[in-house]
Amino acid sequence: MAQASTQKLEGQTHPIKTYLVVWLWLFVLSAGSYMVDYMQFQGYLRWSLILTFMMLKAGLIVAVFMHMKWERLALSYAILLPPLLVLVFVAIMVFESDYTLLTRVLYFATGTPEAAGE
Amino acid sequence: MAQSATDAPPDGLEGFVADWSSDQRAFKNVPWGKAMMWIFLLSDTFIFSCFLLSYMTVRSSTKVDWPNTSEVFGLDVGGVSVPLLLIAIMTFILISSSGTMAMAVNAGYARKRKLTAALLVVTALLGASFVGMQAFEWTKLIHEGVRPWGNPMGAPQFGSSFFMITGFHGFHVSVGVLFLFIVAFKVARGDYDLGRKGFFTSRPGNYGIVESLGLYWHFVDLVWVFIFAFFYLW
Repeated sequence: MAQASTQKLEGQTHPIKTYLVVWLWLFVLSAGSYMVDYMQFQGYLRWSLILTFMMLKAGLIVAVFMHMKWERLALSYAILLPPLLVLVFVAIMVFESDYTLLTRVLYFATGTPEAAGE
Repeated sequence: MAQSATDAPPDGLEGFVADWSSDQRAFKNVPWGKAMMWIFLLSDTFIFSCFLLSYMTVRSSTKVDWPNTSEVFGLDVGGVSVPLLLIAIMTFILISSSGTMAMAVNAGYARKRKLTAALLVVTALLGASFVGMQAFEWTKLIHEGVRPWGNPMGAPQFGSSFFMITGFHGFHVSVGVLFLFIVAFKVARGDYDLGRKGFFTSRPGNYGIVESLGLYWHFVDLVWVFIFAFFYLW
């Protein structure tokens, strides 16, 4: 058996500068998403900015810090594709919660049993 | 197991098909520990997805107004209420720890033993301070009357979502801090340079462990990105 020190490692090394640049960007993007709240943006502007900053930050972390950008497709697809199915779950639960809200609005409108027609 | 240099696997989509249809291992160039860490993180992704999804469901189905997180998590600084201040600080701390972790992985593969251990300790300390701030935040909210079944600010589901999501995330950070200290100790002792056998595995480890640990730590940061966006900012 080869000693650990002489064993060939299948690791990845990238220039420190890459990490520093990404680190800086994560700071900038976090500051951006904090400013969304600080400036009290509301409505679609708020939501789209939050999602944009979120996806950019997540993308940078996964691609560079977690080295996904340099992995072979066999691993990338195995890890990155399954979470997309969560979006199906999101869609299902949106319908479900809409229905729950509808029943609550219809039957608990004023919060008294009389109003619910009992 | 060893791939000779002459028949290097093809890249791109062709490589994807070749890797998955090969009868040795699908994940070429990836140590098994790293592949298993990725698969664990995938399962963890689904756990946190379920938490955030149930939060979405209770929040969009309640008739009562959701508490204004900007105010609930605000801090008074010299009489001025700064919205989400603590959460912003926690976010920056976690990102910084991700940065030092990335450096540690790099230093590990460069076989800089002391630098790797030092960076791992810095990462662990940043993580510990994150958990400390979270404990402070929990204490503050509990004093203000937030409970899993109700709170004075609005929809009762706020408390259960908050404690469940941030609690599970904080638990992940705490476990990460523990493992960071353990691996930092092993790196500092020279385990991965001398081929010292592990306590549980009875086999020599290598600096690949630092990268697997790094994946876990970055994942914790990644989950926080989503919690920050959906729970605190939305």
